[in-house]
Amino acid sequence: MKGDAMNFDDTPQEAAFRAEARAWIAANAPKQYEEPLRKASLGRLALDGATALEVAKAWQKKKAQAGWACLHWPKDYGGRGATPIERVIWQQEEGVFGKLSFLFIIGHGMCGPTMMAYASEEQKRNYLPPLASGEQIWCQLFSEPASGSDVAGLRTRAERDGDDWIINGQKIWTSGAHYSDYGILITRTDPSVPKHKGLTMFFLDMKSPGVEVRPIKQANGQSDFNEVYFTDVRIPDAQRLGSVNDGWNVSLTTLMNERMSIGTQITTGVPELFDYCGNLMLEDGPAIDDRAVRSKLANWAVKASGLKYTSLRAISALSKGERPGPENSIGKLVAASMIQEVAMYALDLQGAAGVLSGPEADAAGKFQAMLLRAPGTRVEGGTDEIMRNIIAERVLGLPGDIRVDKDVPFNQIPTRGRG
Amino acid sequence: MNFDFSDEQKQLREQARRFLAEKCPPKAVREVLDGKAPYDRALWQGFAEMGFLGVAIPEQYGGAGAGQLELCVLAEEVGRALAPVPFSSTVYLAAEALLMAGSEAQKKKWLPRIASGEAIGTLALFEGRGQPSPAAIKLAASDGRLSGVKLPVPDGAIAHVAIVAARSASTGRDSDIALYLVDLSADGIEACELANLDPSRGQAEIRFNNAEAEPLGEASEGWSLVTRLLDRAAVLIGFEQVGGADRALEMGRDYALDRIAFGRPIGSFQAIKHMLADMYVAATLARSNCYYGAWALSTDAAELPEAAAAARISATQAFQHCAKNNIQVHGGMGFTWEFDCHLYYRRANALALALGSQSYWEDQLIERMRQRNAA
Repeated sequence: MKGDAMNFDDTPQEAAFRAEARAWIAANAPKQYEEPLRKASLGRLALDGATALEVAKAWQKKKAQAGWACLHWPKDYGGRGATPIERVIWQQEEGVFGKLSFLFIIGHGMCGPTMMAYASEEQKRNYLPPLASGEQIWCQLFSEPASGSDVAGLRTRAERDGDDWIINGQKIWTSGAHYSDYGILITRTDPSVPKHKGLTMFFLDMKSPGVEVRPIKQANGQSDFNEVYFTDVRIPDAQRLGSVNDGWNVSLTTLMNERMSIGTQITTGVPELFDYCGNLMLEDGPAIDDRAVRSKLANWAVKASGLKYTSLRAISALSKGERPGPENSIGKLVAASMIQEVAMYALDLQGAAGVLSGPEADAAGKFQAMLLRAPGTRVEGGTDEIMRNIIAERVLGLPGDIRVDKDVPFNQIPTRGRG
Repeated sequence: MNFDFSDEQKQLREQARRFLAEKCPPKAVREVLDGKAPYDRALWQGFAEMGFLGVAIPEQYGGAGAGQLELCVLAEEVGRALAPVPFSSTVYLAAEALLMAGSEAQKKKWLPRIASGEAIGTLALFEGRGQPSPAAIKLAASDGRLSGVKLPVPDGAIAHVAIVAARSASTGRDSDIALYLVDLSADGIEACELANLDPSRGQAEIRFNNAEAEPLGEASEGWSLVTRLLDRAAVLIGFEQVGGADRALEMGRDYALDRIAFGRPIGSFQAIKHMLADMYVAATLARSNCYYGAWALSTDAAELPEAAAAARISATQAFQHCAKNNIQVHGGMGFTWEFDCHLYYRRANALALALGSQSYWEDQLIERMRQRNAA
């Protein structure tokens, strides 16, 4: 009976793993950056760009040397061969230092698994260990100006030339392309067949001649993403991932790995708002004593706790060796619009002074930065609308959209607009 | 860790679901809704025979001696089926109050009768508008006798026994409030059924005119017992709401797959898909918050007050959201008496007001989060 009861206790093996991870982190983590990392919030970086890159790479390398990098990967490819629950425990213990993994999320979460599924054994042994250890950074070249949510509508061409392929076209919204060493790239190899059927996946050296990376200045003034131009870039056929014209299926492997990684803390802005309201004095007392403020806070707090416990349910399933259910698909959808609303509300509480975003701003301007960054979170990695489609179709079993371009050869589909 | 119900608990859920599918179809709910019976007596007796009424009552008082997690599982199924029986009043409120504060004699007298389905119980707390608060309680206790009016009292017209919150002093402190156990067949008590939003469940006015009552628990502890009782019941009603929300979502989903308009199933239109996706989101957040509440309830954790408030707010939102949008997905047919959508809409909005409405729980949640942050 007792063993079946709900509990948040580790099994003895989990406890031993946690103790080992905790001890290693305590002895090795870059403590001098703990405070700035803790204070980082959406739209506000902990460290400036160059320092962040250096600190993040150094931490990843240290972890790799001690066997703490890419825990769920096989040992031969630079991982630890750990169980899914051990990976979650590691993330819990790594805490704020986990924020230093931002450089590697795409490479470890999407490029690595795709390489594992489709690259040759030799390629895996060559490329995966330096990817795991952070010596090399990877990016994912999928979105294009004419294919955002409709990613299969991409137009970057790959044409066969002997043992090589020649690439021409443009990618956009590529996170980290400006500091990446390699990328996985999806291209169109046959425009005369319907759009999903003429795609092919490759990986390439980002230093290849003809690759040009241009940072995008975002609406919030920062640059997290890039445009990447390809002009007669040569990729050896040996770097093809999957069969010719089977790139759509390969990309599904990549995208399946993109689903919300279980166990990571989802940013909601709620703890920040709670603290802020606890300290803010309104005309008749602390904001947190105000009935209307309480109501708003409570409504966001239960969403944030709902996300937290949804994630714990998935972790519990992992811990028992089960597959988590589809519940985790709600995380990004809920958090993204919530953070935008939370930021707007924090500024509303500040009244006229909420307009200030410099050193005079309340809470060091964190809510102003959050407000300006938030629209991007509702778009990146699947827009709110795409996330709702996914829930409706894959979880609730509703029919897919009627696709007017489904059986039309790609080169006869009309197109307009910028992705 | 284990943040899920056990296999045995899931089996109990399946058993309850099958039982309710057979014994409590919408037709049975409508018998009570239409006023043909004050509650479903046959179903109530079935609950007793299945051991549902005493699931959390210790064996020495005639129960099954299982625990709160088993009760959570049953609550979800009761909510899902809109069972027209006084389960929440009797089990989450009266039996829980007896278990928390009853004397040995009180427990021995009432708990076996509750477990066997003989006695229906309730909590008489509210006196008209407003949230749970000591100041709102005017019903006077003096020399073991009660005088005043309680309304709405859930299932008050069919209950045999009530836990009554009464004022024993007027110092302005919480200790002015004491709880009493009242046999509702005693002299000086009049109960009458009141029209309410969800006639598949009763709401009554009970008038006490110098009625005999015995103290339940320490006299000065009455209000603290009430808040603990409300916290515990909030988790359980939360599970009823989660069960109802899930069922309303399923009804909407099924109708969207079945109904053809503009030459295609309406579930292929994004306006409908996205509405259903948002219903799923609300139901999932509520379920997860309620699971945490279940953990806190079953372990008597210090986190229970905060967990209960979060579960309550989230589950209320989810059921209301799913019930109203289930009607929207059904279009005009959803607004007919014939379709079952309004049964869920009625239950969702009635449950939203039981145990104190959202503003009470919002206040409770923020206060408790604040205490935790300060600690």
